[in-house]
Amino acid sequence: MDILKQLADTFLDWKAMGEVIPKMFAVGLPNTLVLAIISGIIGTALGMLLALMGISRNAAARWVARVYTDILRGLPPVLTILVIGFGFGPIIRELTGSTSPYPMAVAALSLMSGAYIGEIFRSGIQSVDKGQLEASRALGFGYGASMRLVVVPQGIRRVLPALVNQFIALIKESSLVFLLGLLATEREIFQIGKDAASTTGNLSPYVAAAVFYLVLTVPLTHFVNWIDRRLRNGRPEKKEPDDAAAVVGKGAQA
Amino acid sequence: MSEFASGTLSAKNIHLSFGSNHVLRGIDLHVPQGTTASVIGPSGSGKSTLLRVMNRLIEPDQGDILLDGRSVLKDNPDELRRRIGMVFQQFNLFPHKTVVENVSLALQKLRKLPKDQARAQALEQLDLVGLKHKADSRPANLSGGQQQRVAIARALAMNPEVMFFDEATSALDPELVKGVLALMTDLAKGGMTMVVVTHEMGFSRNVSDAVTFMDAGVVVESGPPEQLFTEPRTDRLKGFLSDVL
Repeated sequence: MDILKQLADTFLDWKAMGEVIPKMFAVGLPNTLVLAIISGIIGTALGMLLALMGISRNAAARWVARVYTDILRGLPPVLTILVIGFGFGPIIRELTGSTSPYPMAVAALSLMSGAYIGEIFRSGIQSVDKGQLEASRALGFGYGASMRLVVVPQGIRRVLPALVNQFIALIKESSLVFLLGLLATEREIFQIGKDAASTTGNLSPYVAAAVFYLVLTVPLTHFVNWIDRRLRNGRPEKKEPDDAAAVVGKGAQA
Repeated sequence: MSEFASGTLSAKNIHLSFGSNHVLRGIDLHVPQGTTASVIGPSGSGKSTLLRVMNRLIEPDQGDILLDGRSVLKDNPDELRRRIGMVFQQFNLFPHKTVVENVSLALQKLRKLPKDQARAQALEQLDLVGLKHKADSRPANLSGGQQQRVAIARALAMNPEVMFFDEATSALDPELVKGVLALMTDLAKGGMTMVVVTHEMGFSRNVSDAVTFMDAGVVVESGPPEQLFTEPRTDRLKGFLSDVL
């Protein structure tokens, strides 16, 4: 029974958790959400740009998108955040006077997620039947308008589940901002758990942090499954026989 | 008297290659205003490609395309395509839009009509093809024949001078073919200028004013349907007709 008690003391120390939870709500949760949401929005915009470059007829644009994506997808997130944070942080500090590592963290997270989201969008857009572009162009829409009105909206719909998965990854990766050193008010869920764990020597604050992450990510996971089902089955609507067809044309009697 | 703004379409000496594959080898096709030209021939003969060249979805390597006697190769291709409606084998309706939105999209975005006016005109077009009651359904919930009639309404909404049909009934179940052919017949009789690439020999023979038989990228024979179907002069056309009839 000693082992069980030891485990409970290590992971489920309610007192240690109780102390850290209010701070997680007041400081950690808002900071995590700000990091994830802003990076998500910028990353999505960047991803769409990369996807459109990746399928463009301009070879230079395709090449830039390809090289960017290969590099940013191929590096460990830790490395990217450190390099961007410590590499560009001082320049930003000099220019703006701001010491907050948040802009650098948002930049690093956006650049990384942009690479992944770009690939998601690209595969979605390329999976749209080429007859769709042809039909739109045959109506008199230019390439840009056809992509905007017809092809891209269909491509995005198909990759919504993959896109939400990417947002889940982003929520988790936002914890890496701790590498850049955060002031007390800047700390997000993970860092608050980490602080409390190191002062108490007990892992329960990490468990509390884990619960916070799961509360954010698990609903999203189920949301993905819901979209997936919805996309696969659609809204059921009854088909009617095509009996109207024969009587429409006067030519039918001719 | 025509109820359509139809025009005369000509293709002159059209050549097109995809790499080393010489797909069109000097095609001539003349479709006078208000007439229906059907283009028949075996698969891979270049019929569908010819349609795409004539509305410049594919640019020809050589040759000229004239609409109402004027070359259109220097014009903006997007504007040319607004004057030529096209109906595809696979319908190609926009699945993320409702039936009425499929028809009104170009009216709203290209003709710049206000939304309610575009919808009203689209509903009118849908009424003509007998599908007004399906206006707010999604294309996926329609039968193939219904989808193809929506596609025809979508093309007609732009008030085109010429209509192209690219094997418009080939993907349909046999019992749905009749309704689409009847609608095409109505258009032909209403004075629309049409180019119909088809495997429906009955339509080609009974409805079209002229028939063009293509094989391996060349026009092998062309003329009035009676002549081609009853007195084929070339062995290739004789062989083709004996295969399909």
